[in-house]
Amino acid sequence: MQFSQNWLQALLGKVISTETLVSELTMAGIEVGSVKSASGEFSKVVIGQVEAVEPHPEADRLKLCTVNIGSEPLLKIVCGAKNVQPTMKVAVALIGAKLPNNIEIKKAKLRGVTSEGMLCSTSELGLTETSEGIMSLPSDAPLGKDLHEYFDLPDQILELEITPNRGDCLSITGTAREVALLLRLDWHALKIESVSAVLSEQLPIEISAPEYCSHYMGRVIRQINSAVESPIWLQEKLRRSGIRTIHPVVDVTNYVMLELGQPLHAFDLKKIEEKITVRLAKKGETLETLDGTTITLDEKSLVIADSKKALALAGVMGGKASGVTLETMDIFLESAFFAPEKIIGKARQYGLQTDSSYRYERGVSPELQSIALERVTQLVLEICGGKPGPVIEKTAEEYLPKQKLVSLRHSRLKRILGLDIPEEQVEDILKRLGMEVYKQGEQWEVHVPLYRFDISIEEDLIEEVIRVFGYNNLPTELPTEKFHISSLSETKIDHRQLQRVLIDRGYHEVINYSFIDPKTHALLYPEQASLSLSNPISAELSVMRTSLWGDLLSTVLYNRNRQQERLRLFESGLVFLPESNGLKQIPMLAGIVVGNVDPKQWGTKARDADFYDVKADIEALLDITHQAENFEFVAAENSALHPGRSAKIILNEKVVGWIGALHPRIEQALDLNQPVWVFELNLTILNQVFLPQFKAISKYPAISRDISFLIDEKICFSKIKDAIRQGDNSILQSIQLFDVYQGKGVEPGKKSLAISFTLQHPDRTLVDTEVSDWMSHVIQRLKQSFDIVLREGP
Amino acid sequence: MEDLPRLLEQVEREIHSAEDLATLEQVRVNYLGKSGVITALLKSIGQLSPEEKKQAGQIVNQAKVRVNEWLEAKVAVLQRHALNSKLAAETIDVTLPGRGQQSGSLHPVTKTRQRIEDLFQQLGFEVVEGPEVETGYYNFEALNIPEHHPARASQDTFYFGDGSLLRTHTSPVQIRSMEQRKPPLRLIAPGRVYRCDYDATHTPMFHQVEGLMVGESVNFAHLKGVLTHFLRCFFESELDVRFRPSYFPFTEPSAELDLQCVNCHGKGCRVCKFTGWLEVGGCGMVHPNVLKAVNIDSEKYTGWAFGMGIDRLTMLRYGIDDLRLMFENDLRFLRQF
Repeated sequence: MQFSQNWLQALLGKVISTETLVSELTMAGIEVGSVKSASGEFSKVVIGQVEAVEPHPEADRLKLCTVNIGSEPLLKIVCGAKNVQPTMKVAVALIGAKLPNNIEIKKAKLRGVTSEGMLCSTSELGLTETSEGIMSLPSDAPLGKDLHEYFDLPDQILELEITPNRGDCLSITGTAREVALLLRLDWHALKIESVSAVLSEQLPIEISAPEYCSHYMGRVIRQINSAVESPIWLQEKLRRSGIRTIHPVVDVTNYVMLELGQPLHAFDLKKIEEKITVRLAKKGETLETLDGTTITLDEKSLVIADSKKALALAGVMGGKASGVTLETMDIFLESAFFAPEKIIGKARQYGLQTDSSYRYERGVSPELQSIALERVTQLVLEICGGKPGPVIEKTAEEYLPKQKLVSLRHSRLKRILGLDIPEEQVEDILKRLGMEVYKQGEQWEVHVPLYRFDISIEEDLIEEVIRVFGYNNLPTELPTEKFHISSLSETKIDHRQLQRVLIDRGYHEVINYSFIDPKTHALLYPEQASLSLSNPISAELSVMRTSLWGDLLSTVLYNRNRQQERLRLFESGLVFLPESNGLKQIPMLAGIVVGNVDPKQWGTKARDADFYDVKADIEALLDITHQAENFEFVAAENSALHPGRSAKIILNEKVVGWIGALHPRIEQALDLNQPVWVFELNLTILNQVFLPQFKAISKYPAISRDISFLIDEKICFSKIKDAIRQGDNSILQSIQLFDVYQGKGVEPGKKSLAISFTLQHPDRTLVDTEVSDWMSHVIQRLKQSFDIVLREGP
Repeated sequence: MEDLPRLLEQVEREIHSAEDLATLEQVRVNYLGKSGVITALLKSIGQLSPEEKKQAGQIVNQAKVRVNEWLEAKVAVLQRHALNSKLAAETIDVTLPGRGQQSGSLHPVTKTRQRIEDLFQQLGFEVVEGPEVETGYYNFEALNIPEHHPARASQDTFYFGDGSLLRTHTSPVQIRSMEQRKPPLRLIAPGRVYRCDYDATHTPMFHQVEGLMVGESVNFAHLKGVLTHFLRCFFESELDVRFRPSYFPFTEPSAELDLQCVNCHGKGCRVCKFTGWLEVGGCGMVHPNVLKAVNIDSEKYTGWAFGMGIDRLTMLRYGIDDLRLMFENDLRFLRQF
């Protein structure tokens, strides 16, 4: 909500600096979001009247105007506006006037004719952003009057960010009441006299949904003049609150809503048949609203209807057919109470958020309808004339909000806030807030004003007290709760350690959105179901990721388009897998590698990263668990991966993750044109860490023996390792594969492997014969299992 | 024998002029070797009379000792020279860059998140996590936000067909934790949150940290204390912290948390839109309805909760001025952290 500071000051009968208003309101929970001037800065602009308009002798587009500013002599002013015409009242910038944007009006010749000032447009004075032609003032605007005075300028527009609980502040009166209590000013609500009826005409009112609408009142006014313009003071107040002027009656209803907080509506009386019925909509009933949209109503929506049709969506927007127009002569004014909990959500449901629904949803005081009706009548009569009928009213007492009684214990106040605010001060604050307060023993019984819909429990009162007392006046202390040490597990994987390992190995962490393009998903996992958003930001961000690879691929593409050729990236986050027994949200760690294995550097031969480079990175991650030997890499197929270059990583028969080359099909589809290596680990499975258990270090020398042999190329290394380990392992410390060779000198279909064994006994020095025995056993086993041909022996 | 001084002069000259160890060795052999000149002199002493023998022996031996000393000194000099030229030949360009892998980097949001976790862990807060696809109950109802509540409408929630949603804040973790544990509680819940909003100052996914403390003597003054100290420690600066009344359905009383602008220290600048203050979070005393929803007796226990934007703290901490950079993952951005 935004409003004019001058208006607020007029209500309070006191000048208050903008600075004070901003800080007092903001620190009481009504944040002033912005302050802007209601006009540009100008001086020496007065009201004048155009007496004559002649063509400019030298320029077709300019006119020479004779302007009367109420004093001699008449001014000759050159004006280019198309709308200038005799008898028009205008804003005249005199010689020496200063206008916004550092414009100074000087006596100057315009195409040979001297101009003694300038006729201003609204935008030239900073009243509006844009304008067409010069400003036309009402015919009764007094000649010679300073425009500041006439427009009630200068003025500031304060924009308030009112939280949803403070519906009572959605009016200038409510805000003034708040300022008064904060600054300890005397506050008296506006005195509004009732208007006596001239006509006796009534319109029957029926309420068939009293739980939605417990109070409905209205009045007929006949013979109004719809052709008049709203007076400047009213137009300006609306403008400063960001509301356009539309029609004098509508302007007045808007004005009273801003002034008092009561939304009002004016119907064209001619369009109402027989009576007003406040009822729930019939299923499928339609209504064309004022903005021209046609809505189909449901049975939980309240409408204002006549005997035949819906006239308005209650509390939200009027219907187009029954609205006031320039032809309207007779009107029916509505002022009603709608229950917030029944009205809430309706505007949103129909896509019709209005100033009216905004207020009704937050609560409009049940005390306002009557005075608002009187006020709006008064102003309609003042501006449009007309003959008022009597107030017509229907009330369902049992559904009207009752005054709430809330207790407040001083001890509770102290306990919640951590400060003992003296009793007198608490009472004083509550009373300033308009509460009636009765002390009963240790506690206060507090009667809450009807306009405070938000106060219903003790804590609400505590907030009110501290809000007015000042949050800044509370102490700032550290808790005195007992110490405790939270547990620090060493047997669960430490995610930071995983991140550190990857960073040390050259990976950069990225963070992507959790929703991806369904096309990317389909490309990677055509068979995998995914979860789609009902209301995505865009189609490209509409499916929850089932793998982190899609995002990592996009990140690679993004960076490659920015000349980054070598990328090592990782991300951690949830993936979302719809499964038959519900959605699984699983934390994953994934990485992607493209380009050279090393950064470009001297002294090493540049080569592309390959499977085994990435595998080494994963092995480094698995080492953190102190059970790396329990993980297996098993060749397996994955729709996103190259079938011959991908592996499942298995721990205790569970899939921990995947490593492999991106499937060439996807590589091509994404225009990557180079090998891409990816991995992904499930962090709920890669979770357990073994505590290291110290083993004594042998004091005796270790012996190393190397062998190399030829073997069928299809036999994978893990099988060979298993075969080696099948025998007596007690002296085997480690197996090191140090060469794999195929090519010249090795017959096709075979490969040559070279393995180094480190042997050591825990308690004594090994003797030569046991080493050679052990080695020949191993060789024997390998020969039997794989038909190896030894190239070099131990 | 009377030629000895001249001989010594000659030896000294030869030693002096020797330029390498081989030449020097030749000099040694020539004079002190088996058939060397001085060795021959020593041998010739045997033919002298006992008296002459004693005197001549002394003189020749002294000469031998002197020659040996000269030789040793020269050897040391030549060795030093040899080492020096070896070292000179081995000199490398120490300004060439090192080889091998370069370090990667942690995303700035993760850095900030870890920093927040570390600071709160010092105060005994536990770090907990929760699901990101949530139910309406945990994201709204249990937090005292009934359907159609204006606060619900303003949160621009992402929904799925079955009515589940992407959490709009990390507050559901608060509820889940309170359901599982008994007070006293001290926890923070950092993580991703989502809102259907995308412009220069909003991304549809962002990061929040929720904090919760529940106990028998937990009050608003403590909330002020913990958050004030946290922010000052986080920014390593004695900035002013301001608590401003506000409204959240799940806390009462509620406050906005404002921090003195880290850029201008309150003087007013573009970062703080010339207000001198930065909104960094919301907080308040846990609403009794929220405690009721998780069966905690609000007469026995009180609690406070807060929520802060991790991305915002990250941007302020590292001077990042464009939110869009945060999730574009441009390597040139990532490398800076």
